[in-house]
Amino acid sequence: MALWKKNLILSIIVTALAVLPLVVLKNAEFAGADGLAETAITEINPDYKPWFSSIYEPASGEIESLLFAVQAAVGAGVVGFVLGRITAKKGE
Amino acid sequence: MITKNLFAGIFPALLSIFLTFPEKSYAMHIMEGYLSPAWSIFWIVLSVPFIIYGFFALRKKISENAKFFILLAMCGAFAFVLSSLKIPSVTGSCSHPTGVGLGAVLFGPTSMAVIGFIILLFQSLLLAHGGLTTIGANVFSMAVVGPFAAYGVFKGALKAGISSSIAVFLAAFAGDILTYVATSIQLALAYPDAVGGFITSLWKFMGIFALTQIPLAVSEGLLSVIVYNVLLKYSHKELTLLKAV
Repeated sequence: MALWKKNLILSIIVTALAVLPLVVLKNAEFAGADGLAETAITEINPDYKPWFSSIYEPASGEIESLLFAVQAAVGAGVVGFVLGRITAKKGE
Repeated sequence: MITKNLFAGIFPALLSIFLTFPEKSYAMHIMEGYLSPAWSIFWIVLSVPFIIYGFFALRKKISENAKFFILLAMCGAFAFVLSSLKIPSVTGSCSHPTGVGLGAVLFGPTSMAVIGFIILLFQSLLLAHGGLTTIGANVFSMAVVGPFAAYGVFKGALKAGISSSIAVFLAAFAGDILTYVATSIQLALAYPDAVGGFITSLWKFMGIFALTQIPLAVSEGLLSVIVYNVLLKYSHKELTLLKAV
């Protein structure tokens, strides 16, 4: 099978894996839920108090998603650049 | 052929998760301040040797071949992207892959200790994700246990005569899952259940962390194979030099 075909099929499966839960579990909250982790720990040890808090916290959910998007964009840019270079050389 | 095998494996596995574990859960790194000072220091002390050794191993490897650097940059960036993507999972919550499996396969497990450390530092400083006090524990799970698992599975699969693309899938899958198994163990050690002790806590955290991760680990495996397939065709010489074929 051609490389692009193989990778296209794999990409579709990855997308399906991400979309499937959204379609099937209509009532789920899909929280990132770092906060919920506190609940589980508090259940086990009700007296525990975090002894250190983050130095910097993003001011809002929007800022946080901006920073995550920047992280993904920078990474994807580098991956795309390198793959572009590697594949271009062969063709010349 | 590959896809046929995957379809045969993934969908029954997914279905069984739907049927058995509909409850909500979460799966992330250990949050800031949620390990006692003693555990924080313990994991930092355990992780530091891997980061230092990895740093020198990486430097040596890069000096061998100019093309290795660009491949390493790509593996790092790949982990950077994957660890920023919070993907919905069948348990009704979101988690993110780690992306360290691919780099571990190419550059060896300790190399990814360095890269994982950089990513975790970035996330704990700017994103309040993970934390500085818990960075030792998070490095140990994501950048030591995960890469070593991925590397071991890859080499084992090659020895067993499995094709290298499938070996990469298995490696990335195992690296991803075992990262979160390690996280569960770390939390269970720090928070043993009052009645059932370590084992009860372990099951609790495993249910939370590892299950959400299964479909994401499949995704990570597939994404790693996509990149690996391209390298296999266009950078075969470098892969051979890195003994990653």
